[in-house]
Amino acid sequence: MSVRDWLRARLGLESVEHLIEKKRVPVHRHTFWYYWGGMTLFLFGVQVATGILLVLYYRPSADEAYESVRFLMTQVSFGWLIRSIHSWSANLMIGAAMIHMFSTFLLKSYRRPREVTWLSGMALFVLCLAFGFSGYLLPWNQLAFFATKVGTDIMAGVPLAGPFLARLLRGGDQITGGTLTRFFGFHVAVLPLFMTAVLGVHLFLVQWHGMSVPAGVEARAEATREMRFVPDFLLRDIVGWLAALGALALLAALFPWELGLKADPYAPAPAGIKPEWYFGWMFQTLRMLPSRVLGMEGEVLGIVGFGLAGIVWTIVPFLDAPSGRGPRARLWSALGALALLYVIVFTLLVYLGRPPR
Amino acid sequence: MQAADERAPGRPRTPRCFLWTRQPPLASLKVGRRRVRARREAGPKRFGSGRPLMKRRAFLDGLIAAAGGILAAFVLYPILRYLVPPKAPEAATRRVVAAKKDEVRPGSFKIFPFGGEPGILIRTADGQYRAFTAVCTHLGCTVQFRAGERVIWCACHNGRYDLDGRNVSGPPPRPLERYDVHVIGDEVVVQKAAGA
Repeated sequence: MSVRDWLRARLGLESVEHLIEKKRVPVHRHTFWYYWGGMTLFLFGVQVATGILLVLYYRPSADEAYESVRFLMTQVSFGWLIRSIHSWSANLMIGAAMIHMFSTFLLKSYRRPREVTWLSGMALFVLCLAFGFSGYLLPWNQLAFFATKVGTDIMAGVPLAGPFLARLLRGGDQITGGTLTRFFGFHVAVLPLFMTAVLGVHLFLVQWHGMSVPAGVEARAEATREMRFVPDFLLRDIVGWLAALGALALLAALFPWELGLKADPYAPAPAGIKPEWYFGWMFQTLRMLPSRVLGMEGEVLGIVGFGLAGIVWTIVPFLDAPSGRGPRARLWSALGALALLYVIVFTLLVYLGRPPR
Repeated sequence: MQAADERAPGRPRTPRCFLWTRQPPLASLKVGRRRVRARREAGPKRFGSGRPLMKRRAFLDGLIAAAGGILAAFVLYPILRYLVPPKAPEAATRRVVAAKKDEVRPGSFKIFPFGGEPGILIRTADGQYRAFTAVCTHLGCTVQFRAGERVIWCACHNGRYDLDGRNVSGPPPRPLERYDVHVIGDEVVVQKAAGA
């Protein structure tokens, strides 16, 4: 009896093999967008691997964090590479997740029976942003310090629960070493726990329901062409992953992530400070809101607006037409396109536009 | 399976073996058209010996495996190098101020840092200073001075050294390295013994 047979009898490999053989990916003019979930997953894998490596040298305290990262960047063999890849991959991963999210929205893949898949995806996206936000503070440099200050201040602007949330996040009223330790805990323990659980649900649901075919393609009754997931789709996936790996190596080598100056709570905020690009559109919106709108503070209005928009975006499977066709469906497509346009334009404004004042 | 294929005449032969196939033993002896046909039917190009080289498929599989291996090496090499901690700057300490003059009373001791390791400064009941490495030669615990028994004692496995650092009982295999002690002004200076 071969090892394979031995394992097969004990692990129920038949059902796995059956699943692998059975899995098919529809082929049509939107198939390209099916690759972005896998791309996000690959970059997440890169994050896990490089993150584990970074933890080996990182020290989560205000006295040592900056020094340990500097040591990592200057003394440890390939430390600069590991850290730069972690930072770049984080950015590419959120980019890939955004592409995945918007394409899912615009192709209306969230329609029945995939509402929960969409909800779990939104949870994953929020977790990604939380990963980005908490990880950004860990090198304990000037930019990180003030980005966290601004970010948690915005949190404090949330009506009612805001001040409590901000204190909970900061572990006090100010950004201190306590905040750093806390963010480290979030970044390497709390968030990974939730991420693993929700990602498991998300991936299971994707397997369970199979790939969604857009309503337009379905209606046209194109002869539904398919390709096998293994090996045909997977090999194409791998081509994309290799390209991403190459891009990461290139970015890390040409633009190693900077460390900057050590955080000093009593230094003024450096000029030109801005958040990571994926928070840029919110940052730009808040910056452009007048200080008082309709008797409300501009900032509070902005925060409430983001909150409401986020809620609507999340529950869109229940608002859109289940058939994916008709005027209601077109309305939601238009809203999705508008949201995409808004995010793109306001993100670009951060980098192109001159700041007001 | 393969042999059956090779003997069945007239059918285009598809080599089954993964990496290469053997020619039917007699084919290379036949001459003329049969030999040409045998070659043609053998499919992949052969050089000389009648043993066909790899099929294109097998070659590509090998190429991909090799490329994958090289890629894996490119990924793993930095990771392995990264895991090896960089050498700490060589502890070239030969001389430190272990204590202030009146800090250690007769019959007591002090553990002081000496190059990244602990040293032990002992003041005997008659006021003499002695200094040793505080790293037990057995399993590396930090030793202490027991004034009552006049021994240096390691709590981990009950090892004992006398006040010259000689291992006198318990498991320690070697004596403790002894350092020179000088009182300079109001500082007690410890340095490695000359030649050590």
